[in-house]
Amino acid sequence: MTDQRTAGGVSTGTPPGGVRRIRVPQRLRNTELWLLLLACLINVGAIVLVQLGALGRIDTQVVLLGAGLSVLVFGLHVAMRFVARDADPLLLPVATLLNGLGIAMIYRIDIADGESGWESASVRQIVWSAIAIVAAIATILALRNHRVLFRYTYLSGLVAIVLLLLPLVPGLGKAEGGAQVWIQFGNVASFQPGEIAKIALAVFFAGYLVRNRDSLSMVGRTVLGMRFPRARDLGPLLVVWALSMAVIVFQRDLGTALLYFGLFLVMLYVATSRLSWVVLGLSLFIGGAIVASQTLDYVGNRFANWLDPFNPERFDQDFGGSYQLVQGLFGLANGGLIGTGWGQGRPDITPVPQSDYIIASLGEELGLAGIFAILALYALFVARGFRIGFAGQDDFGKLLGVGLAFVIALQVFIVVGGVTRVIPLTGLTTPFLAAGGSSLVANWIIVALLLRLSDTVRNHPRLVIDG
Amino acid sequence: MNRELKRVTIVALLMFLTLFVSTTIIQYVQADALAADPRNSRTLYESYSVERGPILVNGTPVAFSQASDDLYKFQRVYANGPLYAPITGYIPVNGEATGLEASLNSYLSGQSSSQFFDQLNRLISGQDPMGASVDVTIDPVLQQAAWDALGDYTGAVIVTEPATGRILAMVTKPTFDPNAMAVHDGAQVQATYEGLLADPGDPLFNRATGGDMNPPGSVFKLVVTAAALESGRYTPQSTFPNPATLTLPGTDSVVRNSGGGTCGPGAEVTLADALRLSCNIPMAELGMELGDAAIREQAEKFGFNTEFEIPNSTEASTYPRALDEPQTGLSAFGQYTVRATPLQMAMVSAAIANGGIVMNPNMVDAITAPDFTPLQQFEGSEFGRAISQDTADTMVQMMVNGVENGAASNARIDGVSVAGKTGTAENGESDPYTLWFTGFAPADSPQYAITVLVEDGGGLGQEGYGNLIAAPVAKQVLEAVLNT
Repeated sequence: MTDQRTAGGVSTGTPPGGVRRIRVPQRLRNTELWLLLLACLINVGAIVLVQLGALGRIDTQVVLLGAGLSVLVFGLHVAMRFVARDADPLLLPVATLLNGLGIAMIYRIDIADGESGWESASVRQIVWSAIAIVAAIATILALRNHRVLFRYTYLSGLVAIVLLLLPLVPGLGKAEGGAQVWIQFGNVASFQPGEIAKIALAVFFAGYLVRNRDSLSMVGRTVLGMRFPRARDLGPLLVVWALSMAVIVFQRDLGTALLYFGLFLVMLYVATSRLSWVVLGLSLFIGGAIVASQTLDYVGNRFANWLDPFNPERFDQDFGGSYQLVQGLFGLANGGLIGTGWGQGRPDITPVPQSDYIIASLGEELGLAGIFAILALYALFVARGFRIGFAGQDDFGKLLGVGLAFVIALQVFIVVGGVTRVIPLTGLTTPFLAAGGSSLVANWIIVALLLRLSDTVRNHPRLVIDG
Repeated sequence: MNRELKRVTIVALLMFLTLFVSTTIIQYVQADALAADPRNSRTLYESYSVERGPILVNGTPVAFSQASDDLYKFQRVYANGPLYAPITGYIPVNGEATGLEASLNSYLSGQSSSQFFDQLNRLISGQDPMGASVDVTIDPVLQQAAWDALGDYTGAVIVTEPATGRILAMVTKPTFDPNAMAVHDGAQVQATYEGLLADPGDPLFNRATGGDMNPPGSVFKLVVTAAALESGRYTPQSTFPNPATLTLPGTDSVVRNSGGGTCGPGAEVTLADALRLSCNIPMAELGMELGDAAIREQAEKFGFNTEFEIPNSTEASTYPRALDEPQTGLSAFGQYTVRATPLQMAMVSAAIANGGIVMNPNMVDAITAPDFTPLQQFEGSEFGRAISQDTADTMVQMMVNGVENGAASNARIDGVSVAGKTGTAENGESDPYTLWFTGFAPADSPQYAITVLVEDGGGLGQEGYGNLIAAPVAKQVLEAVLNT
């Protein structure tokens, strides 16, 4: 807990004057600019390749639409030159590249399905991306100091709960694919508030844990070399556990429940350094999941599909069978090592190839090589997030950085692990790639928050070096 | 806090490592197995985008791919489709492929591992990928003769080469035109398929290797006779009581000979005469003396209860498990639940013709890459020895007698010694008979083993019998290739 010494009040350590900003060239931002150019080039190239592969000609309109998105990304870059000049130079290019690859694949599926114009998922995805990037710009402009969020700890918690409850409100909520996680605005758009809730939860967890970690970590009895918390301190864990179970039961959304609970456990562990919390939490969750798999049909189906997807009975089952899982595997296998190439595979055979299954679609057309590259991009993104945790000075910022980075890592693991049979398949979006507006907005806000945090870290060099 | 962070970092790293491993397993380790799953429609579409190799009969393509300018790059064409349907099968745009199109799909589509470098070469040199060609063992003259001889009967003819197991002709009727299943309109294919399924003649059955699965009737007596001679306790001169009726022990079932009376004159009949005249009562007596285990063992040595891949999949002919004495008696003349395909009976005849050795049946000679490198050459392979050389020699003589002055007289060909056995199997109280002929020629140096199956009594109900309907079909086929 060496950080306690430096928590708060470090800003006084800044070298004097804003003069420094003028003299020092923006080395980080220049690096970012070049990487951004490269990312945008790849993205436009991907759209062109999709057109050549699937259409056999070039449709300049869509290329321009995709290129228009680059303008907004550069807008974010320019904004950072003014308000976050020391922010991490890799986060923005990585997010841009993933977003662009996702658009290219969604567009490719649209071509296969014969969709175009405003009805098509790709055009919607481009519009949502624009909204998401504008939201990121707004975030980074409005939030000059992340510690402001610390003040709103409990408000964030409340917001998270409200967002989670919204889809259950009659008349507002909408069920899709069995999960009650959407809210509908007329016929115009639908939104998955649970995606935004994960940011609010991360803020709440970080703030709450920094305030209360002493009581959560210091006392308790030791069993088998692990110090377990007192019964009365179990409250928060039980509340979050109950929340996750409620998501499983009422929203029928296994993936989101796992995501929230995993996020909480990791932040709890980092804050209290008590492994016993992880042991307790995992036992609770696994216990809950086992009960759910026995009592809830949809959870039971997912476990059965996971264990024995090739069983003809499961494959042919009309609802809740393993058809999608197996088709995804066939698609990945079809891609092999180097993939079929953009527009040359058959990703459209798999159900929802542009959202839950976009990773299988990309794996089919870009091959194992492409999947490795995409996973490496995620790993890089997550690593930059963890870096904030290591280098940060205030515990709230550290925890928030780790939480936001880990939530991306866990989400990727749950989705890709589900598609590749590491764990049972659950419906979650693949960050930045999958079709879906709420997910894009949420993840771009995460980008903005991580950028803000990383800027603070570099802007305020540490006075005390950890031993 | 940083110690915990380090651990969380390791956990995240492990999560990503897991995903690297799981994707590698699916896209590299299991990729071939997943591609081979019959439910994998991607493999099928893939196979439509390369120029499939042709299927050749004596150098002439009976299935080949033509450039097509619709959704798919190539249209599969079956020359003389109905004649070769049981060999080529078809590959539809939706649904499962059949025949060689299914069993050799990886070669025909160029996806087999032995073609990997060839395809890579073509990719690099800018040539379009192309599948390998398949040479089949079918003799077009025999195939056409078998088609003509079978006429409008429901049934099958199969001709094999005894020394190698090569299938020289395989005809099944009624049949269908595989071209109708190769059109690129999925709905039309589905409609055609459903029509063929609903057809009471079951044209999709390959009756030479499966389908209805008929009782072999008297042709099964060859197996029982072989078992008797192999036991060492019987010779062709061994005798059996010769009543006009036999009530099976412990039942009311009465066995009769096909003529209705005794098996020739006299109170006793020899094994040779019983086979020559195809009598049921002495065979039932022999079968019960031998016991079901000995018959089953002999039948399995000939290939019963085994599914052969020729390389098309076939149905196993069956000799049932654990029979009691009366059931054994019935099975000895090919009734009860004994079932046989013409392919199986051809293997029995061919083994007798081949000195007792059963060859694995096969209808592919060679698979050749587009650049003419041979990928596979098929030499004959042995399934095993069914009977000794002595037993085989004895049985050849017994079967020659059956044609020359016995129940298979209608298979006689002037100037050629033909060995044969007919069969007339009952299917039920009033159902039409299943008619058989199996044999080979010339008997002194066998080149052709032939089996004819005619279902539904050849249109004569219970009036038809093997020597009347099936034996002349065999005679007509053999005459097309044996110089007379």
